[in-house]
Amino acid sequence: MNITVKFFARYREALGVDSLKVQGDFATVDDVRALLAQRDGAQVLKEQNLMCARNEELCQLDEPLEEGDEVAFFPTVTGG
Amino acid sequence: MAIRVQVEPFDPGVEVNAMHAANVGVGAVVSFVGYVRDFNDGLDVSGMFLEHYPGMTEKALGKIATEAEQRWPLLKLEVLHRIGALEPGEPIVFVGAASAHRQAAFDACAFVMDYLKTRAPFWKKENTVDGPRWVEGRDSDHAAADRWKQ
Repeated sequence: MNITVKFFARYREALGVDSLKVQGDFATVDDVRALLAQRDGAQVLKEQNLMCARNEELCQLDEPLEEGDEVAFFPTVTGG
Repeated sequence: MAIRVQVEPFDPGVEVNAMHAANVGVGAVVSFVGYVRDFNDGLDVSGMFLEHYPGMTEKALGKIATEAEQRWPLLKLEVLHRIGALEPGEPIVFVGAASAHRQAAFDACAFVMDYLKTRAPFWKKENTVDGPRWVEGRDSDHAAADRWKQ
């Protein structure tokens, strides 16, 4: 399964990358998060208030994934 | 409904006037304008950068606006949010809701702002005297959004 992953704001800076592709057998968004959390600077992905999206829609970590999905991880939003 | 995400500044007066132009059935317009402050969490702020998630931003705002239109009898709804570099005193966000009677417009405007604050993918990075820092979300924003849960 191929998944595109995007990071924003503080998470993007911590990981040093705004987008990457991962390959593996991922059942949920949380499986992708767990894999990436092992990278340098990725402690942010273990934060309690982490937010995530699947295909540009907010979701929960237990959201199921399909081939080609785009997943994003980011800190609490602060617009407005 | 109109959703705009733009770098360019906007004139809140022009936006408010456009809310009832060409529709004399509009009896009430409620608008909210958010501005960049020069002070936040104990530090002087000389400016900020607004990051967003291109693609998702427009979808998220559209979803919020659609929900508002389903909940209240609105005649017009506009959501305008800026991105990029902003200076103190500049407007960041405009929400305008038009309806025949005032309550729908009041409620819809507050609802859109409360949901935008907690569900739209924008992030503020402030320039302070101590250097740049990311603005952190507030629990009070989530409490404000929760009051609209049915």
